[in-house]
Amino acid sequence: MRRSFFAKLTALAAVSVLVLSACGRGEDEPEPQAEETTDPGQGEEQVSLLQTVLDRGTLNCGVNNTVPGFGFDPGTGEIDGFDTEFCRAIATAVLGDPTAIELVPIDAEERFNALRAGEYDVLVRNTTWTSSRDGTEGVAFAHVNFYDGQAMMVRADSGYEKVADMDGTAACVTTGTTTELNLADYAAQVEADIEAVTFAENPQLQEAFIAGRCDGWTSDRSQLAGIRSAWPGSDGGPEALVILDDVMSKEPLAPAVVDGDSDWYDVVNWTVNGLILAEELGVDSGNVAQQASNPDSPQIAAMLGVPFEAATETLEVDHGLGIDNTFMQDVIAAVGNYGEIFDRHVAPLGVERGVNALWTDGGIQYAYPFR
Amino acid sequence: MSQAAAVAAGRPPFWRDVRILRVLWQIVFSVAVIVIGREIYLNLAFGVKQQGVDLSWSFLNSQAGFSIKEGLDYSRADSIARALIVAGFNTIRIAAVGIVLASLLGLVIGVARLSRNWLVRKIAQAYVDLFRNTPVVIILLFLYFGVVYSLPRVEEGSIFDVAFVSLRGTAFPWPRTDAGAGVWGSCLLAALVIAWLVRRWRTRINEATGKPHYRFLWSFGVFLALALASYFVIGSPMKMDVPQRAGLRFTGGVQLSAEYFGLLVGLTLYTSAFIGEIIRGSILAVQKGQKEAGEALGLTPFQQLRFVVLPQAMRIAIPPINSQYQNLLKNSSLGLFVAYPELVGVGRTVINQEGRFTQVLVIWMLSYLAMTLSISTVMNGVNRLVAYRGARR
Repeated sequence: MRRSFFAKLTALAAVSVLVLSACGRGEDEPEPQAEETTDPGQGEEQVSLLQTVLDRGTLNCGVNNTVPGFGFDPGTGEIDGFDTEFCRAIATAVLGDPTAIELVPIDAEERFNALRAGEYDVLVRNTTWTSSRDGTEGVAFAHVNFYDGQAMMVRADSGYEKVADMDGTAACVTTGTTTELNLADYAAQVEADIEAVTFAENPQLQEAFIAGRCDGWTSDRSQLAGIRSAWPGSDGGPEALVILDDVMSKEPLAPAVVDGDSDWYDVVNWTVNGLILAEELGVDSGNVAQQASNPDSPQIAAMLGVPFEAATETLEVDHGLGIDNTFMQDVIAAVGNYGEIFDRHVAPLGVERGVNALWTDGGIQYAYPFR
Repeated sequence: MSQAAAVAAGRPPFWRDVRILRVLWQIVFSVAVIVIGREIYLNLAFGVKQQGVDLSWSFLNSQAGFSIKEGLDYSRADSIARALIVAGFNTIRIAAVGIVLASLLGLVIGVARLSRNWLVRKIAQAYVDLFRNTPVVIILLFLYFGVVYSLPRVEEGSIFDVAFVSLRGTAFPWPRTDAGAGVWGSCLLAALVIAWLVRRWRTRINEATGKPHYRFLWSFGVFLALALASYFVIGSPMKMDVPQRAGLRFTGGVQLSAEYFGLLVGLTLYTSAFIGEIIRGSILAVQKGQKEAGEALGLTPFQQLRFVVLPQAMRIAIPPINSQYQNLLKNSSLGLFVAYPELVGVGRTVINQEGRFTQVLVIWMLSYLAMTLSISTVMNGVNRLVAYRGARR
């Protein structure tokens, strides 16, 4: 009899636990839903990264440290390259100081997780703008700062002239990038059976390529150019390698920020845009001070945030981006315009402007106006 | 009055009644666990939603798009679920062979550590010290980038033109079934049964008359004779599949990639050092008297080891060896360092393409749990078989 009593008691306890939890769920569910449906972009409950960076006084920037010319650490601990200049430009735009940056080297696999987790504010790391990154990954891309394409690099003495010649070979590729997918797509397209040997990082990949484990190295053309330019002399130097002409995919590289933060996105976007516009309008680090005091045209005046004295009226533009209207003056004075940045970092690799030239020069870099 | 009645009935009041209190605490604890668990889950769901991803599993049906260079049949048009299955198969492939090889090598090392030969002893000790004290990753990197890459290039590494060893992979001949293989298979089974009967017959003769039975020779001889006879009668149903070099790859035979090789050898060497030490310890744990009794019976050192010491030592060794097998399985997750497409490596690619970290994490945990539990179950079964009577649970 005692046993049946305790059995009943236990049954009662189990039922009450279930009822309690069900009740609890009913009560609490509206709350998290209310928080979830508030779009952080409305900024009411969420503080924009712009404000966070201003308060912090430093810009944290996710970069690459293994690609010469774009983001490279030559062993000194100082990372420099094309992408890091854009970091400096953004820091200047927001904080007025190009040195107020913290460069965080990150690998291809972790870059979006770290961005979403807030380890850095902006990711400028030769990252391709794709639909799934916009959607699934939850990041937003600013103005493209480099139009790239995927290419294949082989040994000069291998005799391959195009990817279609590489049937039955192996190609090294780093994991976690669009490169893996594009290689498979393109190889199927040209009907070449290419085995993909995937590594986590470039240094290991380079070992494999030098040893002859794979016949080709596929990656963005800009990356390959940088790697080729720094190829060790013990293995033949840059002349031992050749980058095939095949354009295996479109790789528009752009800075990335977390989805849903419009204010921060706008600042990043218009900084990049401003650098390209500066080159279009002929403003560089040499003449920016002079143009700021006496702008040649209303467009230059709008960009530099100064009033333009026309014949009959004075024109002024207030961007409302949350930063000083004169931010482009500091940015151009600190890093120069797009052409200067390109010439400093990418041209020495032997890469021509090509598709990255201004739209007026036959390329497709097109800036939007400051009005 | 009810208290007096309760006391009179022999039961304490409910707030002091241990039996009631026990149930009460159980209820409180269960409620706490459920509430905390729910909070954790809601927090996870909220955080994940904030980052713009979700907790659904439908991504498993979308196309993978990337290729996996070895394993089961797979193409990039297959689903992500299929990609993960192929990767899981690669993990099992490495772990299974690795476990077998590590056990064999570990047994040799363990016994060598106790050899009377000074040089053998010292070499074994150096081996153990080297591989136990070096992190697995470094062993793998060295074996793959150092050793495997110093093998000859594809064009050069052939062994009498029937086998190939190169830095891209190895290929060697393997029998391939032809027409009539099924029939021969049944003949082999029949031969096996007949051989077993022969063994019984010889044992019975030995028990009856005392003549040496030579039963192994008899049964094996009969089996071999029947197998060969049926093979030729059927008309050679097995052919040797000899690999050929086609450009920079091999066709035919059994092919093992350089990555598989590097990872397998690395894991085997590493784990065998630990297994060797376990076996040495368990041999030393067997009472010295057992060995001396064996010697007194006139057994050679090898016979002592084989019939007296090792059977007892194995009972002690099995639980720690179980752990080492699971370590080997889990260490296979370092395959990405050597470009071997196993579960963790392919999972990372999936995370990068789809962004579903939490879901892939759950898949990893469940897969590895299933694999380690399988190893555990088998080893526990073996343990029960060989345990001392009375120690079985």
